[in-house]
Amino acid sequence: MQIIESPKVYDAIIVGSGAGGGMATKILSEAGLQVALVEAGPFYDPTDPKFMTQLKWPWESPRRGAGSTRAFGDFDAAYGGWEIDGEPYTRTPGTKFDWFRSHMLGGRTNHWGRISLRFGPNDFKHKDVDGLGDNWPISYDDIKPYYDRVDKLIGIFGSKEGLYNEPDGFFLPAPKPRLHELYYIKAARQAGVKVIPSRKSIVTKRINDDRGVCFYCSQCSRACSVKADFSSSSALVFPAQKSGNVDLFVNAMVREVSTDSNGLATGVSYVNKEDRQEYRLKGRTVVLAASACSSARIVMNSKSGQHPNGIGNGSDVTGKYLHDSTGSSRSFFVPQLMDRKIYNEDGVAGMHVYSPWWLDNKKLDFPRGYHIELGGGLGMPSYGFGFAASEMNMFVGEQTGGYGDKLRDDVRKYYGATMGVAGRGECIAREDNYCEIDPNVVDEWGIPVLRFNYTWSDNEIKQVKHMHETFEEIFDKIGAIPLGDKPGKDSNYGIADPGRIIHEVGTTRMGDDPKTSVLNKYQQMHEVKNVFIVDGGSFVSQADKNPTWTILALSMRTSEYIIEQLKSKNI
Amino acid sequence: MDRRESMKSMLVGTLAGGLVINGCAPSGEPASQGVTPKTGLYGRMPAEIARDQQLIEDKFFSEHELETIAVLCDLILPASGEFGSANDAGVPEFIAFIAKDMRYQQVPLRGGLMWLDNRANRKFGTNFKSCTGSQHKELLDEIAYPDKATPEVGQGVRFFNLMRNLTLTGYYTTKMGIDALGYKGNSPNVWDGVPDDVLAEHGLAYDEEWLAKCIDQQTRNEIAKWDDNGNLLN
Ligand SMILES: Cc1cc2nc3c(=O)[nH]c(=O)nc-3n(C[C@H](O)[C@H](O)[C@H](O)COP(=O)(O)OP(=O)(O)OC[C@H]3O[C@@H](n4cnc5c(N)ncnc54)[C@H](O)[C@@H]3O)c2cc1C
Ligand code: SF4
Repeated sequence: MQIIESPKVYDAIIVGSGAGGGMATKILSEAGLQVALVEAGPFYDPTDPKFMTQLKWPWESPRRGAGSTRAFGDFDAAYGGWEIDGEPYTRTPGTKFDWFRSHMLGGRTNHWGRISLRFGPNDFKHKDVDGLGDNWPISYDDIKPYYDRVDKLIGIFGSKEGLYNEPDGFFLPAPKPRLHELYYIKAARQAGVKVIPSRKSIVTKRINDDRGVCFYCSQCSRACSVKADFSSSSALVFPAQKSGNVDLFVNAMVREVSTDSNGLATGVSYVNKEDRQEYRLKGRTVVLAASACSSARIVMNSKSGQHPNGIGNGSDVTGKYLHDSTGSSRSFFVPQLMDRKIYNEDGVAGMHVYSPWWLDNKKLDFPRGYHIELGGGLGMPSYGFGFAASEMNMFVGEQTGGYGDKLRDDVRKYYGATMGVAGRGECIAREDNYCEIDPNVVDEWGIPVLRFNYTWSDNEIKQVKHMHETFEEIFDKIGAIPLGDKPGKDSNYGIADPGRIIHEVGTTRMGDDPKTSVLNKYQQMHEVKNVFIVDGGSFVSQADKNPTWTILALSMRTSEYIIEQLKSKNI
Repeated sequence: MDRRESMKSMLVGTLAGGLVINGCAPSGEPASQGVTPKTGLYGRMPAEIARDQQLIEDKFFSEHELETIAVLCDLILPASGEFGSANDAGVPEFIAFIAKDMRYQQVPLRGGLMWLDNRANRKFGTNFKSCTGSQHKELLDEIAYPDKATPEVGQGVRFFNLMRNLTLTGYYTTKMGIDALGYKGNSPNVWDGVPDDVLAEHGLAYDEEWLAKCIDQQTRNEIAKWDDNGNLLN
């Protein structure tokens, strides 16, 4: 098979169009650089009716929105999931990792939760606080200006709280809490748990003429047709295309970074999924943003005489220090919410309020913290609505089960009377949690696949145990009744399997020492100066916060560094 | 921004929003209750369209099974007042689709229907769908109340739980069911807090400090401006 080479030499080839790749595309192209954006999935535009699932009714899906083909249901805007036909991954026996991928323009940002938390000063130097893990080579002050600019460029609502490790930004005003959230606020305060307005990248107040304002449909996971939520496609890539400097390649699965005899990158090769042919693009720099594990896979698969262990991987650190957030959840029945008056309660998607980490670990038997997310309310029915509808009768001394008109009353009585809470916490990054190339397996494009090796330690399990104790303490304050059994020791206190929280980071971490890190503090490979990685791979530690706002800020910072380095002919 | 300017931009904002919203609102009413919608109309990928089409064409339940499901569905959710029954809402067709879409449901459903026919035959010498109203009641009463049911009919209880779940979910995800429930959302809106009468009923109130952090919806269409410290100016 012949490899088809394009004659054009790009200033930058960006691999992957999610949070990291979208930001790099915007900054680099608007600075006048010629950019190739190479995306493994198909084209996707949330504003095009052809793709749109927003404002659809459950009956428009014959399975009423169930998750038979899409992990989060028929109306979720994710092309991908935990398993993708033709693109397997494997696990070392005795370990677990579930890997979520979305292959589409915009990647996972089309349907993510939009919880947008900047990291705090401690999060970059947590080794100084508790001696565990490693410090980042940068501090909060280094990245603060970029967080500020991301806030203004993309739009985020929140509130100024003056909390040291939950730094404030440039917020749009928050939406008012809904009824179940008022109950949560009351309960959390009584239990001594901090509660503040959420911070989400949803435009509650106009930020420019290009993006719309939220009209409160609660459906950001379906991607917003008026571009009022942050998706890399509608908020970064499409605006960047207006510069005329972006060549977009879709259905293009990058296999490897190619190099010259000096070991410098010369471009990438990819498989065109439509004709199954292999193509090569040439570029002066290569910016990987395929998501932390996918980029690590490309790095390890890019073997050459100069880079026998994968490009820029002389340290053998690539794939190591993989970490995901910890997570666990519980549901509660809130008797006060029985027989509610019904009104349009759709707000922004997900929660209007949340609890940031509020305790001091010195008094606890585990390191690092977690935040609490919550859900509830008068949501739109979809597959699963009405299951076990009359079961809650047991809490009010009435007959469970049955049939006939009584079921209509039961459904109505308990509609909107339950709440869910979830903890999302920090796991300490470990060298022995890693992904590597499986020596025996390829995907349908002939590309060697990842094998995962990941276990939780006592640190994370104790943290999750604490989450469950907190959940019960909070809900006890309003007399709410926990549903199901509290997970015990036998189930590791209900800790979600690694990968399940979908915050994979750390696989090509940054640092000052080339022996113990892949990237320097500008997300530039120590060993190959014209290769950069701008997804979550560079994270040294994950914090008790979701990763995406930090991915965006770092990608912005790195992109400007690339522009400067190209200008001064350093690369 | 002076007042006229801001009025103008608010108008533009609302109008523009309105236009876009009209453009993407679901096109009219569903053809009729219970007719399986033509596939591909809800943002499907080509592979999903092909899969849906195949499932719609496939057949799993026999006529007898479908008739039994129809009888069961209306016993579970008969018509009531202004709202139609499970059959009126097309629930049997929905269950037939689910059995093809989620293959793990096939044995519990088919086997459960057989269990029920067998039970009816033993008790009344006829299959379930041909039983009289009082015979149906007797058969259902022994499996519909998990807390009271005898161990002897444990499998029947389990099957009936499944049928009840699928019937309720199938019903409340149709237009008829959503109207019966009273769900009001899935349409462009401006959320501006819990209605006062609801707050009063629950003995709750917004505190001023919190409200100060929330959007004044009058200003949602003004382009946000901050000072250098992140204080919103408008
Ligand atoms: C349901 C859900 C909810 C989430 N909620 C939140 C949240 O509330 N807050 C938060 O901060 N984070 C959240 N996340 C995580 C968030 O989506 C990710 O952190 C973010 O999208 C990462 O951006 P990225 O650019 O690294 O990767 P992605 O967004 O995954 O983009 C990577 C892109 O690269 C492409 N690609 C992969 N391999 C190749 C290849 N070989 N060649 C070419 N292209 C390739 C992919 O197709 C994809 O488009 C959530 C994720 C999910 C799934
Ligand atoms: S909740 Fe708001 S931002 Fe999210 S999809 Fe609906 S309108 Fe768009």
